[in-house]
Amino acid sequence: MTQHVLVIAEQVEGVFRKVTFEVLSAGRRLAGQLGGSVQAVVLGSGIEGLAAELGKYGAEKVFVADDPALADFTTEAYTNALAGLVGQIQPAVILLGATTQGKDLGARLSARLNAALATDAVGLGVDGGQVVATRPMYGGKVLADVVLTGAPAIVSVRPNTQAVESAAGAGAVEKAAVTLGDLRSKVVGKQFESGKVDLTEADAVVTGGRGMGGADYSAVEALAGVLGAAVGASRSAVDEGWRPASDQVGQTGKTVSPNLYVACGVSGAIQHLAGMSSSKVIVAINKDPEAPIIAKADYAIVGDLFEVLPALTEEIKKIKG
Amino acid sequence: MEILVLVKQVPATESMIAIAGDGVSIKTDGIKFVMNPYDELAVEEALKIREAQGGTVTILSVGPAKAAEAIRTGLAMGADKGILIDPGDLAIDGLGTAKLLAAAIKPLAYDLIVAGHRAVDDDNFQVATALAELLAIPNISMVIKQELADGKIRCLCTVEGGTKEVEAPLPALIAAQRGLNDPRYASLPGIMKAKKKPLETKTPADLGLAAADLQPLMKVKALKAPAERKGGRIIEGDSVQAKAAQLARLLREEAKVI
Ligand SMILES: Cc1cc2nc3c(=O)[nH]c(=O)nc-3n(C[C@H](O)[C@H](O)[C@H](O)COP(=O)(O)OP(=O)(O)OC[C@H]3O[C@@H](n4cnc5c(N)ncnc54)[C@H](O)[C@@H]3O)c2cc1C
Repeated sequence: MTQHVLVIAEQVEGVFRKVTFEVLSAGRRLAGQLGGSVQAVVLGSGIEGLAAELGKYGAEKVFVADDPALADFTTEAYTNALAGLVGQIQPAVILLGATTQGKDLGARLSARLNAALATDAVGLGVDGGQVVATRPMYGGKVLADVVLTGAPAIVSVRPNTQAVESAAGAGAVEKAAVTLGDLRSKVVGKQFESGKVDLTEADAVVTGGRGMGGADYSAVEALAGVLGAAVGASRSAVDEGWRPASDQVGQTGKTVSPNLYVACGVSGAIQHLAGMSSSKVIVAINKDPEAPIIAKADYAIVGDLFEVLPALTEEIKKIKG
Repeated sequence: MEILVLVKQVPATESMIAIAGDGVSIKTDGIKFVMNPYDELAVEEALKIREAQGGTVTILSVGPAKAAEAIRTGLAMGADKGILIDPGDLAIDGLGTAKLLAAAIKPLAYDLIVAGHRAVDDDNFQVATALAELLAIPNISMVIKQELADGKIRCLCTVEGGTKEVEAPLPALIAAQRGLNDPRYASLPGIMKAKKKPLETKTPADLGLAAADLQPLMKVKALKAPAERKGGRIIEGDSVQAKAAQLARLLREEAKVI
């Protein structure tokens, strides 16, 4: 059996997601343990120029599946394209980012290939020749080490959890012929907010909770602005209609793992903690010293967020020069 | 419109989760089990479609006998009937669950399957999409709005940084995301009525599946508690400005995150 690791790169509108480089780096480390090589595949339309970039992170070979029908991601089209390619490459492991698309694709591929799947892994290794992934369960209240049997083992990797390492040398680019078959689902529209940092990939997140008292998030947005952060919300803020559901952080919202998480007027309910407790540094701003978030925060300021946020924004601006 | 809804019984989200003595499962005593919150959205959407177009809403669940409670909750919300697939002593993974559901669904006539986009216990994001593959039907995930017309479903879905509209012909499977609707509560008359609604239980053998067909490919080797955060350092200072300046300095010099 070959011991290759195949990384499915994710590009959106011709730009690789940051998680792709994280997964590629993790793939290289894993391939080292398995004694195989790391290869990558990129799917899309008119994307041939992108492939070389993957070589910079250690992909020894980059397969390019270029087809107008792959311009927009649908689970069906991407699964069809990949199933053929996987048959040809016979990887021991398939890695992809645990993004909305990666999670969907991983699930469909697992059924197509009758392959083991670990979703949203935060750690990866090999034990006795088998892939072991560490993945949060119960909203991160426990971590499970799971063993994946058979080949390929599919693992989607949580964004912001793997160190990016660049590598010398460029990968060989190879065109991959893909058979897409009958495609039933199609993308008929898309709207992206340009320049908006997505919560799940952001290096910093500033969240406003019920303590915001209304839909005016300008204090949170100003701090997010100086930090280059994405803006999140607690479920209460979403239920109040102050923020869209897509901004919700928590067990029934998004899971985030930024370097810096600033919770403003958020009490720190268990369901909220489930979505953000793997953040590297947590800051809480809350007027209640007893709020559970304070005990989880690395740094807390007890005070009124409407006074603290503008002051903090100013001080960070000063420091950043 | 024949609609199937996938439902799972999970620990209530406020539960404290503790690792059991075997090291690979959780302690279940004292835990309240509820319908997976995303599945509530799925049931609600199915009921809305039935109210608009007529038809039947059937709830399916894979789980132990106790999981029938989650199906009853769905019946009390207004669904018509339920099927519980009880794997008994068999340990099954997400793919195995999808295989059981596929076997139960294949003989049924259906136009649409509605699922929650993940179960908040395993956080696998696998069962619904894998099921669509096993049934060879299209799937659309992260749905926050849907529209049915001319034998097709058109959905608005959240993706990183925006939304997408995806269309597929029926039969199809859609997976519900927060924002799709506000699930109704089961009313008291609803709960009374639910007791009389049909709820069948099936075993893997009833579905023609043997243990070998359901052999888990993913197995939990060990559960561990995440590292405790030490936390709780409250920034002191004479004024808001002083505290803010101190925090900014610590974030730069100590935490090195800005
Ligand atoms: C099934 C289920 C799923 C859930 N999923 C999620 C989820 O995914 N995400 C989520 O967030 N919640 C979720 N919840 C809800 C969760 O239980 C809490 O209700 C919610 O997180 C509370 O939001 P909050 O902290 O903004 O509001 P509150 O708990 O009301 O806290 C507001 C905080 O703001 C502080 N405050 C008020 N005014 C100010 C001020 N001027 N300055 C500083 N501080 C101030 C208060 O001291 C308080 O601590 C879920 C609940 C259930 C039942």
